[in-house]
Amino acid sequence: MFIIKHRSFFLWLTGAFLAVAIGAIAFLGLPLSIDFTGGSLVEVEYQAERPDILTLKEQVSVVPLGEISLRESGERGVVLRSRTLSPEEHDAVIAALSQGGTNPVTVLRSNSVGPSMGSELAIKALYAIGAVILTIMLYIAWAFRKVSKPVPSWGYGIIVVLMLMIDIIVPTGFYAILAHYTGAQVDVLFVVALLALLGYCVNDVIVIFDRIREHLKLNEEKNIKEEFEVTIGKSIDETMGRSINTALTVVLALLAIIIWGPEVTRNFALTILVGVVIGTFSSICRSAPLLIPLVKVFAKKT
Amino acid sequence: MRIAQAIIVLLIAGAIGWFALTTNGPQSSFPVRLGLDLAGGTELIYRADTAGIIGDKQGALDALREVIERRVNVFGVAEPLVQLERSSAVAGAQEDRLLVELPGVTDVKAAVDAIGATPLLEFRLADGVADSTGTFAATGLTGQFLKSAELQFGGGDAGRLANEPIVVLHFTDEGAKMFEEITRENIGRSLGIFLDGEPISTPVIREAIPGGTATISGTFTPEEGRDLVENLNFGALPVPIELVSSNTVGPTLGAGSYQAGLDAAAFGFLLVALFMIIWYRLPGLVSVVALVIYVLATVALIKFLPVTLTASGIAALIISIGMAVDANVLIFERMKEELREGKGPREAATIGFGRAWPAIRDGHLTMLISSIILFWLGTSLVKGFALVFGLGVIISLISAVFISRIFLFAILPEAGGKVWKFLTSSGFHLK
Repeated sequence: MFIIKHRSFFLWLTGAFLAVAIGAIAFLGLPLSIDFTGGSLVEVEYQAERPDILTLKEQVSVVPLGEISLRESGERGVVLRSRTLSPEEHDAVIAALSQGGTNPVTVLRSNSVGPSMGSELAIKALYAIGAVILTIMLYIAWAFRKVSKPVPSWGYGIIVVLMLMIDIIVPTGFYAILAHYTGAQVDVLFVVALLALLGYCVNDVIVIFDRIREHLKLNEEKNIKEEFEVTIGKSIDETMGRSINTALTVVLALLAIIIWGPEVTRNFALTILVGVVIGTFSSICRSAPLLIPLVKVFAKKT
Repeated sequence: MRIAQAIIVLLIAGAIGWFALTTNGPQSSFPVRLGLDLAGGTELIYRADTAGIIGDKQGALDALREVIERRVNVFGVAEPLVQLERSSAVAGAQEDRLLVELPGVTDVKAAVDAIGATPLLEFRLADGVADSTGTFAATGLTGQFLKSAELQFGGGDAGRLANEPIVVLHFTDEGAKMFEEITRENIGRSLGIFLDGEPISTPVIREAIPGGTATISGTFTPEEGRDLVENLNFGALPVPIELVSSNTVGPTLGAGSYQAGLDAAAFGFLLVALFMIIWYRLPGLVSVVALVIYVLATVALIKFLPVTLTASGIAALIISIGMAVDANVLIFERMKEELREGKGPREAATIGFGRAWPAIRDGHLTMLISSIILFWLGTSLVKGFALVFGLGVIISLISAVFISRIFLFAILPEAGGKVWKFLTSSGFHLK
């Protein structure tokens, strides 16, 4: 019952997290990768020593590309980002990076995305996130259709959506901070991370709501009168062990990806990790306390 | 009876595991298909300009795919993939695209040049009568209907210079019919033969031409003629294409990612398994056996379908290992509550499974919804994740609920003493 008793504190805490996340997104911004904006990315590794970045930048500038970004990566690598390169320009860039062949490089990866492809993906990503949230809301409203007292079933759906939005905004804010310090960018994998998170978090909330649903049904059968707050408190306490343990196993799996896994999925796993921790916190501490004010709204009406 | 069931499940799992683990050699008919981000290679996406197509658009696109496939095969790539795609309807105007995957190829320019050498062949009619300078309109007769080409040298007849190189085009049956029709209906007009958008010959039609051959002459040297014929014989494009995206992953990065992915999977599995056994003891051990079956079945399905494995797919597999035990955690937590109320191990398990089911069902269904929508989002990177994730959700439902149930019931006694109570408890406190 701890959480129910101190629910205003947890709501404030949520508000604080949300404020920091929104602040980070607003002030630090979310740098979009070429997946969304179009452009080119080339990563090479020097077989011998990596030359100075400023020298390299000057050497690459013989290829007329407009503005480019050149960053060090790993021990001997550099990453170049620019507008979309033609195959000829791509070869010219590689030649410039290898200092005319005197300092040979291995191309680790190169990626060119036309502007139209990028904007299409951005639109699709937004649609996908919206579609996931909407279908989840409808599914929950349907799955809880027999539970209509004291909160109508769509009430559960709305709360889930509210929470999912928080669950997305907080990791996004985290990513804005991560991007600010490491040069990470919002790419397709980030969107995938958010969508996977949505699936995970909703699963978490469902477990608690399912408990509430079960208690309400039992109380009705046995004709027990119980304050809704008490029912919610009981449900949260009973499911807390499960919520924490499941989060733990997923966190262990994510840690394995972050520590041992390939570079490409590292930020991806980190985003999900933050989301899982926040999501677990939110389903334990926020979902049910959010239901209580809703009860009051409906109590007034009837 | 219960033990027999458990043994049957174990035998089936063993067979699946045998399939998953023994079919790995290079000669195997079920190898793991690695995506370009793990195997190294190049992915090219072309936009096909279908605005000018007259008539059968799908036929033209299919012809386009075939021509490029022939080109790519000449390029000497093992298992290239050439497929048509449509851009999604949500993002405004729909585009037709051609996706070309070239495993092992890291020289983008060479690949693009090889594909770009495919000529675009079109026959267009001049708007005005006998006018070769005005605008030309498409006739629908394109490289799609070209069967073959050959180089000949003029014999000095019909106003041609002796030894002038002539490219003779042979149409397919359908193309021959179209050509005859076009020439019959447009006598007196100019028929332009366009290569890569440039008119290379604009003869005036004097009579209907049956037989399905056309000739191009006059504008090239014998060497140019020979190259043109060579290129035309690989096929000619029915519509113009434009490179919109390319993605290359070097073999070192790919191999490194694959190894790191496998390491992460092994350690991830180990960590989750250790946690389950330490915390949930005997039921935990059962869930780990179910988890082993889960991993084997998922790998077997990835090979069998086959699903192309990408770095994000491996990540999905690892995350799903963490999530697959969720159903077990739910069930065991429920069991613990029942045990506390003094019920016997088996009764507690029965109630635990029953009570946990609605939550497991709802949770898995919503996760399945997200993975279906992810799949629809659809670049190859995302599909790799979504497919493995979706498969994982379904298989884990079977392994964590039904298989672990069978095992647990085969082991648990009706009533248990202190030892059973310890074995089926969880955590570090024993009440």
